[in-house]
Amino acid sequence: MPTDNATRPRVGLFATCLMNLFRPNVGFAAARLLEDAGCSVEVPQAQTCCGQPGYNSGDFEAARALARQLIEVFEGYDYVVGPSGSCMATLRHDYPKLLADDPAWRARAEALAAKSHELLSFLTDVRGVRSVPTRYAGTVTYHDSCSSMRGLGVEAQPRLLLGSVAGLSLAEMADREVCCGFGGSFCVKYPAISGRLAGDKTAAVAASGADTLLGGDLGCLLHLAGKLRRDGQPVKIFHTAEVLAGMADGPGIGGEA
Amino acid sequence: MQVNSPNFKAKAEAALTDPQLREALGKTRIMFVNKRAELAAALPEFEHLRDEARDRKNHILAHLDHYLERFDEAVTRAGGKVHWCADAAEARRVILDICRRVEAKSITKGKSMVSEEIGLNEALEAEGYRVLETDLGEYIIQLAHEPPSHIIAPAAHKTQEQVADLFHAAHGGPRKTTVAELVTEARLVLRDEYFRADVGITGGNFLVAETGSTVIVTNEGNGDLTQTLARVHIVTSGIERIVPTLEDVSLFLRILARSATGQETETYTTFSTGPRRPGDPDGPEEFHVVLVDNGRSGMLGGPFQDMLRCIRCGACMNHCPVYGAVGGHAYGWVYPGPMGAVLTPLFVGLDATRDLPNACTLNGRCQSVCPVRIPLPELLRELRHQQHQQGLRPPAERRALATWRFVAERPRLYQFANRVAARALKGLGGDAGRLRSLPFAEGWTAFRDLPAPEGLTFLELWQARHPGKR
Amino acid sequence: MPDSRDTILARIRAGLGRGPLPAAAGAALDARPAHTRIAFDDDLTERFITKLCSRAGSVNRLASLSEVPAAVDAYGEAHGLPPRAAVARPLAGLPWPAGLARHEGPAGKDEILSVTACLAGIAETGSILLASGPDSPTTLNFVPDHHLVVLLASQLVPDFEAAWAHLRALPGGMPRTVNIVSGPSRTGDVGLTLQLGAHGPRSLHVLLVGGDT
Repeated sequence: MPTDNATRPRVGLFATCLMNLFRPNVGFAAARLLEDAGCSVEVPQAQTCCGQPGYNSGDFEAARALARQLIEVFEGYDYVVGPSGSCMATLRHDYPKLLADDPAWRARAEALAAKSHELLSFLTDVRGVRSVPTRYAGTVTYHDSCSSMRGLGVEAQPRLLLGSVAGLSLAEMADREVCCGFGGSFCVKYPAISGRLAGDKTAAVAASGADTLLGGDLGCLLHLAGKLRRDGQPVKIFHTAEVLAGMADGPGIGGEA
Repeated sequence: MQVNSPNFKAKAEAALTDPQLREALGKTRIMFVNKRAELAAALPEFEHLRDEARDRKNHILAHLDHYLERFDEAVTRAGGKVHWCADAAEARRVILDICRRVEAKSITKGKSMVSEEIGLNEALEAEGYRVLETDLGEYIIQLAHEPPSHIIAPAAHKTQEQVADLFHAAHGGPRKTTVAELVTEARLVLRDEYFRADVGITGGNFLVAETGSTVIVTNEGNGDLTQTLARVHIVTSGIERIVPTLEDVSLFLRILARSATGQETETYTTFSTGPRRPGDPDGPEEFHVVLVDNGRSGMLGGPFQDMLRCIRCGACMNHCPVYGAVGGHAYGWVYPGPMGAVLTPLFVGLDATRDLPNACTLNGRCQSVCPVRIPLPELLRELRHQQHQQGLRPPAERRALATWRFVAERPRLYQFANRVAARALKGLGGDAGRLRSLPFAEGWTAFRDLPAPEGLTFLELWQARHPGKR
Repeated sequence: MPDSRDTILARIRAGLGRGPLPAAAGAALDARPAHTRIAFDDDLTERFITKLCSRAGSVNRLASLSEVPAAVDAYGEAHGLPPRAAVARPLAGLPWPAGLARHEGPAGKDEILSVTACLAGIAETGSILLASGPDSPTTLNFVPDHHLVVLLASQLVPDFEAAWAHLRALPGGMPRTVNIVSGPSRTGDVGLTLQLGAHGPRSLHVLLVGGDT
């Protein structure tokens, strides 16, 4: 890895809303992994939300406003990286669509999209990281979020890196291509359906025999952690980055069972 | 058909607590999802065929007028008649006129979603005609007086035991229980009906412009008995089902069965070209194609044109987690699942269907299996956009969105609000690190706890640890 | 009231943002596309048999057409069927046993067994291609419990596209009814459980005549 400051790419770390509010540890874990991968990490304080809640609720104008704001904050970096498939898919796929008819912004949206990455795919696909020097004692199962897996093709990358963690064994759950029922505001607009899908997913987690649930999207993880805790299941929950960075020693998401 | 979509939420919640429905829906996965996945993996050409099918459909839609005119000419040449129907009422009227003219008494039907869409059975029955559905699934739900809950497996919501009860009540005699006995019983009951029918109505999977043929793709053979044994064969089909040539039929056949039922082919693919010919010992004396627009042409050139590629395979609903949890009836009209959540608002209006585009997690699995690659999540999001623009979203949601935008457009306010929330929620979470209930967030806490924040936001912590940096 | 045909065509053109297509565009639009076919290098006969059997059809290989009547007889006996059959006219000249009650017309309601010829066998999917005509009632393919099809090995074609060529070569053009049949009738509508013999034949049995064995 290049360590010379001149060749270190400048990465703007996107602090997703849920990470910023609920799980700062994920942000620090992401920063550590990025620095270990030879990047210099900066966290612009002027950043807010990517706009996805507006986009998915049909308020495209609000989403555009926030897209323009985020582009201005981040376009000076070599890369924009965030610990979330969902938010980064918004930057990568949705910004160019949202601003396609805006001649002043279209190219800027496309340029930003091209250098925006989900954390683990950035580490592996862009920075060539193949292993991490960390340890985690436990059997984990990995939840593929839909936006990571189908939206960004992030499926092999987390498994590659988790495979290098000493002491960790991976037990895949059944039906891992099935949505957990989070779905952004869906989870509060249709709580009964969302709760059922969460129950199906946590049953699959339990059946996998894993003692730890990992994932790359805090929306899904908060939702599943809430369900696991409500049902009294003893599974620990972490963001993948926390385990990969060796920062999964504290209480997991949702606290102790 | 009556629109029950405004009751989505209540029907969905009732469906979630129906153990028989859960049992029935659980089987669609084994029956359809796993088999489709096996076949898709076994066919190296499959993904390429999907691209070709998408592109060919786009070509067809861009020249729809041409191919429809070609089809009309070819049907006429073969001695049949094409009836162009601008809307559902016209389609019903045309079919009723035919039934009256030929003095029909008994009408048999093969499965046709368009006939459901235009409310055909109700219209025929209101005029005193006896209408019998012959597709086994349609027959079951006709006995139950229910609409279909799936576009290719209309009785997917019924368990074997429920079918046994329905047949026992309708047919009398000893109650049959095994699948073989039940199917045989229906076979015998329906056999007489095919021979008695004056008019046989089927759908059309494809309309072939080159030959003037209508094509049905089935497994049971009921559609063939329906159309061969009745005096008059009426095909109901949407204008978008046209394909230019036989070569296009093979293209779509290769993806249809694999996507729909996870088979390399369905059992019967039947082409009908005009009525009985001189010397033919059987076949219908008249052949009519009722070509239904009913809003389809209005989708051309707009944001929903991609939806016209749909070949009605049902893969999207088979793979939809929401459909899998609540079943098809919650959607409240003819077409359920993701394709229905797009089509229903376009056919019956945005107002009566407010839940449909929103009751979706945008997980994208439907799009990932759609044989013609319809971007269903994007179309659902566009419908949400139209709802938003037309003021069809609830005031509380609009206020929440406006507040979120106001805050998110002001980075200092955003950070401040997050700091306050992080502290407050941590306090409420206490030692457990989570909240079991939270005022104004019952939507979340009714079914799950809310993990509590750590107390300080990432942005403030980062700034504290990196005072020199941005 | 405007003609709905004109209304619909006008709406389509309005949606597409153009007027009627020039007549000269027609020929190119109607050209037959060459879509991707499914590649396979198995022997046609072998693939046909494997695919048909995978769909619950059955095949009996015969050396010559003259063996057909005995094979039909043996089939009837094995299934305990009464000695009657609807035998399509093209097969009437075969040496049928005197004890078999035969007719050549369309199927009656209680038809048990039919024996028909066919246009082709499609190896891609293990399907039979049948066409209606004066000698070929369509009801024979759907009404009887048992449908026996005589297929010559020389009638095997690789895929659908080759079958279309057959249809186009027919003197009357596209027949009134064309059936592509892939195994016996089936349904999954009761309890989403596969059951053979829904409305059409419970059994599809192909008498494959000639070819290398």
